Amino acid sequence: MASKFMENPVIKWVEYRLPIFSFIDHSVGSGYPTPRNLNYWWNFGSLAGVALVIMIASGIVLAMSYTAHVDYAFESVERIMRDVNYGWLIRYIHMNGGSMFFIVVYIHLFRGMYYGSYKAPREIVWIMGVLILLAMMATAFMGYVLPWGQMSFWGATVITNLFSAIPLVGDAIVTWLWGGFSVDNPTLNRFYAFHYLLPFVIFALVFIHLWALHVHRSNNPLGVEAKAPEDSIPFHPYYTMKDLFGMGVFMIIFMGFVFYAPNFFGEPDNYIKANPLVTPPHIVPEWYFLPFYAILRAFTADFFMYWPISWLMSAKLAGVIAMFASILLLLVLPWLDRSKVRSAKFRPIYKQFFWIFFLDCLVLGYIGAKPAEGSFIIIGQLATFYYFFHLIILIPLIGILERPRPIPESISAAVTK
Amino acid sequence: MADTVTAATGESKEDDKSRRDFLIVATSTVGAVGTGLAIWPFIDTMNPAADTLALSSTEIDISPIEVGQSITVVWRGKPVFIRHRSQAEIDESQAVAIADLIDPETDDQRVQKAEWLIMVGVCTHLGCIPLGQKSGEPKGEYGGWFCPCHGSHYDTSGRIRKGPAPLNLVVPGYEFLDDSTVKIG
Repeated sequence: MASKFMENPVIKWVEYRLPIFSFIDHSVGSGYPTPRNLNYWWNFGSLAGVALVIMIASGIVLAMSYTAHVDYAFESVERIMRDVNYGWLIRYIHMNGGSMFFIVVYIHLFRGMYYGSYKAPREIVWIMGVLILLAMMATAFMGYVLPWGQMSFWGATVITNLFSAIPLVGDAIVTWLWGGFSVDNPTLNRFYAFHYLLPFVIFALVFIHLWALHVHRSNNPLGVEAKAPEDSIPFHPYYTMKDLFGMGVFMIIFMGFVFYAPNFFGEPDNYIKANPLVTPPHIVPEWYFLPFYAILRAFTADFFMYWPISWLMSAKLAGVIAMFASILLLLVLPWLDRSKVRSAKFRPIYKQFFWIFFLDCLVLGYIGAKPAEGSFIIIGQLATFYYFFHLIILIPLIGILERPRPIPESISAAVTK
Repeated sequence: MADTVTAATGESKEDDKSRRDFLIVATSTVGAVGTGLAIWPFIDTMNPAADTLALSSTEIDISPIEVGQSITVVWRGKPVFIRHRSQAEIDESQAVAIADLIDPETDDQRVQKAEWLIMVGVCTHLGCIPLGQKSGEPKGEYGGWFCPCHGSHYDTSGRIRKGPAPLNLVVPGYEFLDDSTVKIG
């Protein structure tokens, strides 16, 4: 850090009592050495942080005009849209911000998978990331219920009913989640309480994610550790500038949606007030849940992955377990992958299967948005099979059988030659 | 103090150890039970409140329902289907072989009076409302109800016949107060 700044007597007085300036410097400043070869895929971590801050800021303001009661929730949201000063803008920021948050987090996650960022010694960074994703999903699901539209209500009904698949105690758990015998006012109230709480839990998880990250520092596109000083450059000004530039691009896209297509990610049905007696003909979750929804629905009585366990549980329970397993499996990815080489750049076989897996996730997302009929069912079942086949069978197998290409001695050796 | 005991005899050292073990086990047990007791109110407070439980029965006049007609009433915030079944529907329901059913139940087990089919209109898969109450709606391949969410087909007795739902539509507790009034719950 600029020594002139640190010599300022006021700064010195504070620093002596609370070393906050050196803490910042070692976290995101010139005192934080960062691999010199990070590409633009490394922008998405900071973008996720930006999205989280935008969501918390816009959410707190929305909370000031929102009423969590079944008789007023829908109307209070419409009031925000029509009467509250800039209410429409802040709500559209919050609505689209959720989608933006998931886009950057999913890209961040696939980047980690491509470049092997989850491997030793960064397993805890990865695990905290998966926990953040789970907390985000819970937050997003409960937030979507708050406007109390038809999709809010029926989404909440379908998802809370998943827990009824649990043997013996399932129904008691669902009643407990609802605080009644159907999704109703007590449900709305508690979802609001949790929706307000969880972002701060996410904030704490992000802190631990970054704490673990700063111990062994960022991975990089080559996947070799930064050793010599010439392998690294200071975070500030190099990556502060690069992250700020990325943020500019991100904000242009984000605001493009907010101002020109604010309901692009939304469902028209959610502008109809919740009606407990009429189910919309076609219930779909928000786009970021679609791949998992497809996995849930793939498990029918005649699905070949269900046959071996059909004596043990219902297809419904199997679907619920598979849906949760599809995310929880990521927690053990660092141990499923036996390869010592991190970056897919030097893993010719893994690289191809990574892209097949990526496509498979897109297919699952597409199927999740389609009605469960005809060939969509078969495609969804095959894609579900491949999702688990990739994670459980292919990843360990490729790690053992593949012959990686020679990896460079160091970052600087690879980029300066 | 521990030093003096240790210095005295081996026996009192043993005494001291078992006394401390006892204290640790006793205090941890009290602490664990206390924590459990403190957590329970926080869990149970999320269960249905007394006023929610109080709204748990409803009386319905069924005299205006014609043969072949269905009505939907609200009970505990959920729709309840009341169908005045035709003789053809009753015969069809009773003719089904039990072995063909996903959730085996005879039609007799599901009704008190054969012409009145009363059940909770919530799909046992993930809680959507099946279609088939109104005349224009799809009734599924078995002429009863069809859940549009994930494609479950129910027959004229509300039994699951095809699709992902694991169980028949639930028959709530009900009684006929007289020929034209039924009390649900």
